[in-house]
Amino acid sequence: MTFDAHAIAKDFPILDRTIRDGKRLVYLDSGATSQKPNVVIDAESDFYRLHNAAVHRGAHQLAEEATDAYEGARDIVANFLNAHVDEVVFTKSATESLNLVSYAMGNAAPGNRFHLKAGDSIVITEMEHHANLIPWQQLAARTGATLKWFSVTEEGRLDLSNIGSLIDSSTKVVALTHQSNVLGTINPLDAITRRAHEVGAVVVLDACQSVPHMPVDVKALDIDFLAFSGHKAVGPTGIGIFWGRAELLAELPPFLTGGSMIENVTMESASWAQAPKKFEAGVPNMAQAVGLGAALNYLTKIGMDSIHRHEVELTSYLLNGLSEIKDLRIIGPKTTELRGGAVSFTLGDIHPHDLGQYLDSQGIAVRTGHHCAWPLTRKLGVPATTRASVYLYNTTDDLDSLIEGVQGAQKYFGR
Amino acid sequence: MQLDNLYQEVILDHYKNPQNKKLNPVFDAQVHHINPSCGDEITLNVTLDGQTVKSVSWDGVGCSISQASVSILTDLLIGKDLTQAQEIADSFMHLMQSKGTEKGDENLLEDAVALAGVSQYPARIKCALLGWMAFKDASLQALSKQS
Repeated sequence: MTFDAHAIAKDFPILDRTIRDGKRLVYLDSGATSQKPNVVIDAESDFYRLHNAAVHRGAHQLAEEATDAYEGARDIVANFLNAHVDEVVFTKSATESLNLVSYAMGNAAPGNRFHLKAGDSIVITEMEHHANLIPWQQLAARTGATLKWFSVTEEGRLDLSNIGSLIDSSTKVVALTHQSNVLGTINPLDAITRRAHEVGAVVVLDACQSVPHMPVDVKALDIDFLAFSGHKAVGPTGIGIFWGRAELLAELPPFLTGGSMIENVTMESASWAQAPKKFEAGVPNMAQAVGLGAALNYLTKIGMDSIHRHEVELTSYLLNGLSEIKDLRIIGPKTTELRGGAVSFTLGDIHPHDLGQYLDSQGIAVRTGHHCAWPLTRKLGVPATTRASVYLYNTTDDLDSLIEGVQGAQKYFGR
Repeated sequence: MQLDNLYQEVILDHYKNPQNKKLNPVFDAQVHHINPSCGDEITLNVTLDGQTVKSVSWDGVGCSISQASVSILTDLLIGKDLTQAQEIADSFMHLMQSKGTEKGDENLLEDAVALAGVSQYPARIKCALLGWMAFKDASLQALSKQS
């Protein structure tokens, strides 16, 4: 099957609407959230129309159907990541997933492999989204552990030159992003996972910008934990994934406690269910989990390899087009090597918010600001950037509109 | 085009030639305000002479709306007494919340009426208000030092 982005775009009803007095919608903000195909919208609403009941409770038919649909979605996620089904935990967001693992580690008693204390270290990178920075920063503050980080080079790559000293015998956790939401950089993981495992540390991967855009195989990556959000992968909001290796989930204490996550409860104490239930307290976001299942099936049918290839082609086209614009500076790698489809840039003296506002007047949706990675944009000396991010439904027509829009903004603000 | 309501000539002029954008080393109060959703930052110094705004100076980074707004503010408020300044600030605040239904009192707000179009863009109101909130904070601090 040849990849036809125009045909794919027809599956997404929102892409049919117009913006600001009849302009065609050019959606280039999928790095913030993706649009949803009909199959996902239908799966979510069908759950409410036909099967809604609280999962894992109740002896009635609806409860059975809801449980089947919810657990079926877990199977789909597991297959998508090449994981075991019991290793897949539903959360409300990737942010919750990353808080889950960091708070759970904070709950670990002395003797537990995840117990952190003064003298231990947590290693992150300077290119983290706030969601994979603040939870670790705060865990370090609560436990007395030290937070360290890899620097980012001018080209927007991780500086791994000090990997041997940065990750040392004190390191308990290495948490990093698979693909930067600002720079588009895809981080090479081999050297990092090897070094982390050499010193007995676990590797937590923020895969929000990779799982929706390329094949991600948790076994092949040799990582220990992973987080991603459904809404960036053509799925609903309100559903995220936390994945962990089975033996690690068995030892990791729970984060949220309450209904569903228990084995036995008395007035004085409680014991925990096995993973994944141990990490799913309360009635979960069922319709959203089912919607995510439909989303990943949709992506699988098209093929993650094809989607990735399409995005590399678009990114190459965009980098070429932007590089010809005077005063435009790309913030991040300038080639498609180890790079995804989030492209940030600055444009002379035109502030990103003003550029974004002009593009909006042309029907073009981009993101502007610090992209929830403030330390990174500060390090790069740009308080804010404009970011265009592509996905499977984007075409070179969209990119031509953007390039034309950027040139139009130069004229508009140059008056 | 509707965008022209937002980006009036006066705004772009103030953005390109910001007024009083050099921190006066002498001040009664200095504040640093941040717009956490977009990263705009401003440092603003205020000096009072009794009840009169003697000096307002600032430095910062941000979009044309936030930069022009604070530049206009300094032109407007320097030399005014605090009661007048408060009246102007209240009127500007009211204009920003008007959702495009008001043009603003030109006698009172002068160049600041050029920002009326901002009120049609909910995401940009906070840009226009950044400097005004900073002034409010700084003038209160300066005043409390007098007592």
